[in-house]
Amino acid sequence: MSWVHRHRGVVPYLLLAPGLAWLAVFFVVPLGFLGYQSLQEGSFDFGYTFSWAWQNYRDAISNYHEQLIRSFVYAGLATIIALVVSYPLAYWIAFRGGRWKNLLLLAIIAPFFVTYLIRTLAWQTILADHGVVAGILRDLHLLDADGRLLATSTAVVAGITYNFLPFMALPLYVALEAIDPQLIEAAEDLYASRLQAFLRVTLPLSLPGVFAGTLLTFIPAAGDFINAQLLGTPRQHMIGNVIQSKFLELIDYPAAASLSFVLMAAILFGVLSYARVLGTERLTG
Amino acid sequence: MTAGYAASQPAVRARPLARARYHALTAYAVLAFGYLLLPIAIVIAFSFNDPAGRFNYTWQGFTLDNWRNWDAVPGLRNAMVTSLEVAAISSLVATALGTLIALALVRYGFRGRSATNLLIFLPMSTPEIVLGASLLALFLSLQFATGFLTIVIAHVMFNISYVVVTVKARLAAFDRHLEEAAMDLGANEWATFCRVTLPLIMPGILAAGLLAFALSVDDFVITYFNSGSTITFPLFVWGAARVGAPPQVNVFGTMIFVIALGLMLANILLQQKDSR
Repeated sequence: MSWVHRHRGVVPYLLLAPGLAWLAVFFVVPLGFLGYQSLQEGSFDFGYTFSWAWQNYRDAISNYHEQLIRSFVYAGLATIIALVVSYPLAYWIAFRGGRWKNLLLLAIIAPFFVTYLIRTLAWQTILADHGVVAGILRDLHLLDADGRLLATSTAVVAGITYNFLPFMALPLYVALEAIDPQLIEAAEDLYASRLQAFLRVTLPLSLPGVFAGTLLTFIPAAGDFINAQLLGTPRQHMIGNVIQSKFLELIDYPAAASLSFVLMAAILFGVLSYARVLGTERLTG
Repeated sequence: MTAGYAASQPAVRARPLARARYHALTAYAVLAFGYLLLPIAIVIAFSFNDPAGRFNYTWQGFTLDNWRNWDAVPGLRNAMVTSLEVAAISSLVATALGTLIALALVRYGFRGRSATNLLIFLPMSTPEIVLGASLLALFLSLQFATGFLTIVIAHVMFNISYVVVTVKARLAAFDRHLEEAAMDLGANEWATFCRVTLPLIMPGILAAGLLAFALSVDDFVITYFNSGSTITFPLFVWGAARVGAPPQVNVFGTMIFVIALGLMLANILLQQKDSR
């Protein structure tokens, strides 16, 4: 104890050491290895050797730019739809939830209590060719007689949206709930219309929630491969599908590694630009 | 629902247009909840389905057989047990490590704060597939056999950040005066921590532990890369989905859902009791 007293400055480092060491060994170092692998050359049969093979990156982008772009388009669409769907919902709970707020919030995160893969399989059932939704859409002539819902881009985007929607709704709710309703009343007392009060008071104050929700939805969505696998066909495959099959099926480590880095660099670029605007302290809570 | 509703009613009653708008938002919320809960209803309903063939996709008729024969699918129970073991170990370790980091971040000023914050934030902002692939790259390079142990290592890694964020939130809302009072009354730092600080942040630590447990049970991607021949529940579902998942998978999914929901409901009810 007395040693600690004499070296008070050491205490925070003692508290940090075990956890940060774990992250260093099992997060930072592996990323380093992945980087090392991404510059290797060779084949599975003869082994891979390190050779500063930067052409792996050029190959990764030129061979798979289609999947890469598709990942960002799907993830972007899913993020926007999730924002549009969950903003009014979060607003309703925050301002009209009363003493039922916590229970309503529970309903929002309820999908998380069903295993990720199982709820995606449930969407397979909902969108199935002989399912109810496809039947109704065919009766309304919104879908051709032999048209499909499953195995389309729509199905994949719908699945991604559903799976990550709570990540959007929760931070939105937290931001909206923190707004003092008196501020909105004050705006209306000062002759702002309902719309003006919303646009100039509520919306700006909820922006931190929008930013956080956007990141929390977009990042996992861009790297996802389960929705494309279960709800789509190879024509809907995203970059995650490619990385997965290169790594685990084709055993082409350098290609998988360089693709992972391309994906991460693209995402990190976006995240860090956000973090610059907001400050990492606010993003991590 | 009536309490919060009644508060803003008088203003609404005055103008029909405002009233319509008011109810439109409520109607929208009901629809949105329907959308969120529909797949859950499907999962539960199909645990009672009596599928004709291998595929549990279309409704064939109600049966309790799947629940009665919940253990009839080889490997399913073992996969579930493995998942629970991984979750128990990894959430305990991650909660301990993450709580210490949170304490350091909230309580102390030190050099390297922002670097620490960044290191906590990065795993959460890295796609799971990159986390999984990079860990596998490490294990392959070290020729370290993947299996139960590597799954636990991976789960602790991705859970630490979530624990830090959760416990930090609780610590930030903490009234430091309570600690000062304890010290004024003659308690030393260690006694103050054990008798005042720890009990007060315990709900936050528990919440973080539960979150870590839930994330661990649910994780597929990172586990998929680092599992070797060990099979967790999500991995079992993945394998089964390729040949048609048996309805028992829905039985297990429903059980997880009911248990998780029950825990959360109990937590909310306890909180409301406290705040009254």
